[in-house]
Amino acid sequence: MTAPLRLDVRRRAAGGEPATELLLDVPSHLEYVGPAVELIADQFRAPLPLSGSPGRPVAPGLRLLSPRRVRFNLRTALAEALANAIAYGNRQDPSRVVRVRVEVTVGAVHVHVTDEGAGFDPTAVPDPTLPERLEREDGRGLYVLRSLVDHVAFNEKGNSVCLTLLAG
Amino acid sequence: MSFSLTKDKRGVVVVGVDGQLIVGNRQELKQKVLDALEAGGKKFVVDFTKTGYIDSSGLGVLVSLSKKIREQGGDLRLAGLNEDLQTLFELTKLDTLFSIAKTPAEALAAF
Repeated sequence: MTAPLRLDVRRRAAGGEPATELLLDVPSHLEYVGPAVELIADQFRAPLPLSGSPGRPVAPGLRLLSPRRVRFNLRTALAEALANAIAYGNRQDPSRVVRVRVEVTVGAVHVHVTDEGAGFDPTAVPDPTLPERLEREDGRGLYVLRSLVDHVAFNEKGNSVCLTLLAG
Repeated sequence: MSFSLTKDKRGVVVVGVDGQLIVGNRQELKQKVLDALEAGGKKFVVDFTKTGYIDSSGLGVLVSLSKKIREQGGDLRLAGLNEDLQTLFELTKLDTLFSIAKTPAEALAAF
């Protein structure tokens, strides 16, 4: 791993509602998955200040997930989405990046993970828990991801996924 | 974040997973276990007591290692899963594929 990851934190008003946005570009190398996941998950672990400036209050939205949901659901689901985007979307092409955009609102966290690939058809992925597929090494990512968050939506092209975790 | 391999008195190889087992480091674990298998190890316990999280690539590597070890007449068992990791094995139905003990000591005693 060479280039350091840089997280951009922005406050904005979404339809009058306060919201925080986290932006992160991740190089297309699988070694970045772990550090990128930790960088984002750290923003949800109270009482850390948002962008490292001491004394600055944490945005209320960033406390809305329970520690367990941050530790397990958010981290694992984000790792899955990033690994898929880097390996299958960008095919580990170093000239491409994966963009992560996290929108934190009062009621939910939306994590958008977008790659620069051609997209895929998520409905064509077989169920990895079928007896004949259980001993396969790969093919569980999407299933795990769907099991850990409240809602998963792909764009039409299939190169961007939005993971929604509701408050709680 | 690292993997440690130790052998108990009866030759059971205990593999400690410290930190994460994910797409970025799964090959390292695979290679270490395959080397131990090549060196004659047959019985393996993977200890997750100090593991933060596992992704589907990590699960996949355990599945393929378990298969390889069974083909050589050995067995790979799991131990020390916290509630979250146990949930992950259950929802992927991999709890039906592995023998899972509460603690490494229990897994060793059962071998």
